[in-house]
Amino acid sequence: MSVFVLRRVLTLLATLVGASVIIFLVLDALPGNAAQMLMGADASPDAVRALTIKLGLDQPLAIRYLQWIKGIVVGDLGNSYVYGTPVASLIAERLVLTVPLAIMSMLITVVLALSAGIYTAANHNKLGDVGVMSLTQVGIALPNFWFAILLVLLFAVRLQWLSAGGFAGWDDGIWLGVKSLLLPSISLAVVQAAILARVTRSAVLEVLREDFVRTARAKGLGKREVLWSHVLRNAMIPVMTVMGLQFANLLAGTIVIENVFYLPGLGRLIFQSIANRDLIVVRNCVMLLAAMVVIVNFVVDVLYAFIDPRIKVHDL
Amino acid sequence: MPGSATLIEVDNLGVRLNTSRGPAQAVRGVSFALKRGETLGLVGESGCGKSVTALSLMGLLPESAVVTGSIKLDGAELARLPDAEYCKLRGNRISMIFQEPMTALNPMHTIGHQVAEPLRRHKRYSAAQARKEAIALLDRVGLPDPAKRIDAYPHQFSGGQRQRVTIAMALACEPDLLIADEPTTALDVTIQGQILDLVADLVEERGMSMILISHDLGVIAENVQRMMVMYGGTVVESGPTNEVFRRMGHPYTQGLFRARPKLGARKGTRLTTISGTVPELADLPSGCTFADRCPLVIERCRSALPPMVEVGAGHNVRCIRTDVSMAANVGALSA
Amino acid sequence: MSAQLSPPVDAPIATRPLPVRTFWSRALRHRSFVLGGLLSLLVVASALLSLVWTPWSPYEIDIAAKLRPPSAAHWLGTDSFGRDIVSLLLAGARSTILVGIIAVSIGLSFGVCLGLIASAKRGWTEEIIMRFSDFTFAFPAVLSAIMLAAVAGPGMVTSIIAIGIFQIPTLTRLTRGSANAIWAREFVLAARASGKGAFRITIEHVLPNILSILIVQATIQFALAILAEAALSYLGLGTQPPQPSWGRMLNDAQTMLFQSPMLAVYPGAAIAIAVLGLNLLGDGLRDLLDPRLAGER
Repeated sequence: MSVFVLRRVLTLLATLVGASVIIFLVLDALPGNAAQMLMGADASPDAVRALTIKLGLDQPLAIRYLQWIKGIVVGDLGNSYVYGTPVASLIAERLVLTVPLAIMSMLITVVLALSAGIYTAANHNKLGDVGVMSLTQVGIALPNFWFAILLVLLFAVRLQWLSAGGFAGWDDGIWLGVKSLLLPSISLAVVQAAILARVTRSAVLEVLREDFVRTARAKGLGKREVLWSHVLRNAMIPVMTVMGLQFANLLAGTIVIENVFYLPGLGRLIFQSIANRDLIVVRNCVMLLAAMVVIVNFVVDVLYAFIDPRIKVHDL
Repeated sequence: MPGSATLIEVDNLGVRLNTSRGPAQAVRGVSFALKRGETLGLVGESGCGKSVTALSLMGLLPESAVVTGSIKLDGAELARLPDAEYCKLRGNRISMIFQEPMTALNPMHTIGHQVAEPLRRHKRYSAAQARKEAIALLDRVGLPDPAKRIDAYPHQFSGGQRQRVTIAMALACEPDLLIADEPTTALDVTIQGQILDLVADLVEERGMSMILISHDLGVIAENVQRMMVMYGGTVVESGPTNEVFRRMGHPYTQGLFRARPKLGARKGTRLTTISGTVPELADLPSGCTFADRCPLVIERCRSALPPMVEVGAGHNVRCIRTDVSMAANVGALSA
Repeated sequence: MSAQLSPPVDAPIATRPLPVRTFWSRALRHRSFVLGGLLSLLVVASALLSLVWTPWSPYEIDIAAKLRPPSAAHWLGTDSFGRDIVSLLLAGARSTILVGIIAVSIGLSFGVCLGLIASAKRGWTEEIIMRFSDFTFAFPAVLSAIMLAAVAGPGMVTSIIAIGIFQIPTLTRLTRGSANAIWAREFVLAARASGKGAFRITIEHVLPNILSILIVQATIQFALAILAEAALSYLGLGTQPPQPSWGRMLNDAQTMLFQSPMLAVYPGAAIAIAVLGLNLLGDGLRDLLDPRLAGER
């Protein structure tokens, strides 16, 4: 068990280092690049050079990379080129929105997908199954930002139940914050849930064909009991794998959806920073998103070992 | 009074399955009765309907299957019983051991949990009670060190040990009828005898009835009092085991017997096979199902399904040519 | 049970495409294949049509004619710049398909090569390729597009490259997985025994046998590419105006949501139709080319 986790931790670290190298190379490879971009094409070379030195961009690539990594370890991400404020606090402000948004949409995704997947598998080839599966086929085809716009059209423009965008914050009570994240998280969740529901359905159907299901039935368990006590835990492995992979899409989705709803989250920050040529902010935001994806998938890997007793022995 | 009352009575059982190749009459006209403590063997090639017969007794056929005829347990009708009612019998009064011990256990649950499950369900045992009983059961079926290994998972056991676990599971509630569907086919030859002996001991000890399904005539000969030979979904021969082996009325039974590998056969001796292949149940011929492969076939065999003919005390053969087949057989066996 | 009735046939993991005639006669009776094919054809036909004819010019701005309701002249009305919606939709199909085809080609050429190499070489090569594709998973298309846009500026090329990169790891994994299965088959062993090299075996035996799996996946990747392109254009990172694109149209329409909500409906529906068509086509192809997998998803 511990060897298993240790190996996964090493892979995780290697993956994070690899990702950081790629991000750094793509965004910071050219020494004067950031300064040039900040000042625009017409800036005088002297002014650009001065800014390059001021921002510490004249140092060798490796030194700058190591400084960045050191900063990440000690929690100092440097200052924004544009605002001059610490990048870490800029990001922290935005995470207050993006993290709850991601968690809410993941929760909605899991609840929708598991109930639809289990329902359809239990009613295999019946009317309900065919109906829900056709719906998921359509769901997968919907661009999430378009679905978001349709939700705004319905709930904000037509019914006027919710506002079309903006974030109420958490200071005036949790409900107001949750309410302003409701449409964004639903629009993110529905498309993901359609995919996950199909995965869940086929995973459950696969397990239902296993011999041990018949054994459990031969012991006198009803169909529903077998489904809950024997099938679901076995079916969770592929479902969790896909959930882990979907998390990457979900984070990417928040970037798009925050733009639909004018939400001041991490996605908006990245966008503004691109517009402002604030590369240091972009670099740290992208790294954070990539790290979240990698870590979530690591957690999924480790969770397997808790769900499936076979993995411990197998991987030792 | 055990030994006299009829436990299970099957009358004119028919099962129609939906296969990928269309509907198929997997079982037709199967009738038999079994007293308490009696053992019955079902023998035939794969696809002959023996497993389907077993599953229909368990009420575990696919939902699309159509069951006709009657299955009575202590006089109560089981065919077409609602699933909720059937659940009260399964694992309680009728139990089943399956062929594949490697896949018949849930890999995610401890064996203790799986053995305790029928006890918790049917006898309403507390967790502690069920655990104690599960240890006793595992001990009885010969699993070494059961108190320690009860919390282990199936993948930590060998095939033979897993089959012992499934036997413990099937016996947990002391059922009246045990159905063993090829219980040793997937096991090493050295283990097969041990498992069959264990099952025989347990049947004897608890006064259960047993239906043993096998394609292996040797297994049937040594373990059951009565036997039925199935072919193409019908019973082609039935009777007391030693009587059937002694007289073998049906050409198919004779073919099965000749096709079995013999110990001590001279090197280079060819294994006799039955020519042709098992008919697809989806397109069975109208007459005798064995007609296409039978060495004794005549025109009349193909016109209608032959009736059961009594050739001895309780010994029946579904063949219109028993005069020839049984005469020929005398010669074949003595040769 | 049913396993007893029809003994499991040792089905091949991948099958060669069936003879042409039986393929089409089965295909035309396959519901999702036919529906998916028709929807995909509709999108392709729109793109081709827009090359030679659109009702109005999709580039010409006519503020006087802005936000017109549907009429005989403008079947679906006009947008806030007075451009004809139908013309924009037709021309938008062009960008969608262009980006999709190039991005999937990038994904296929890199992904399939890497997968085949990993599978043929094994050992360290395989390990390195698979680790690499593992962490490329950490960069969804939108994220790589953002990075590229931050340094190179937004545009169609940026989005094509970003989507292409995002396609590589999926295709690498799929290729390697299916190729490994082929490498374990008897006819490959026979070919190796007869002294054929890894390269020849890959070209002669492995690739033809995984082709149907790749065709199916390419269809589905195409659908994913369309979704990604739409998202990037919507964000302003993809196709740039005045080049018409469905994602961009949605972005424009969002500011007009209260005045003319239907403007936000059409382009989204076009994206959904294209993606739905390709997904159905992919499902249908999977059933037709690889019966073993039928109904698995």
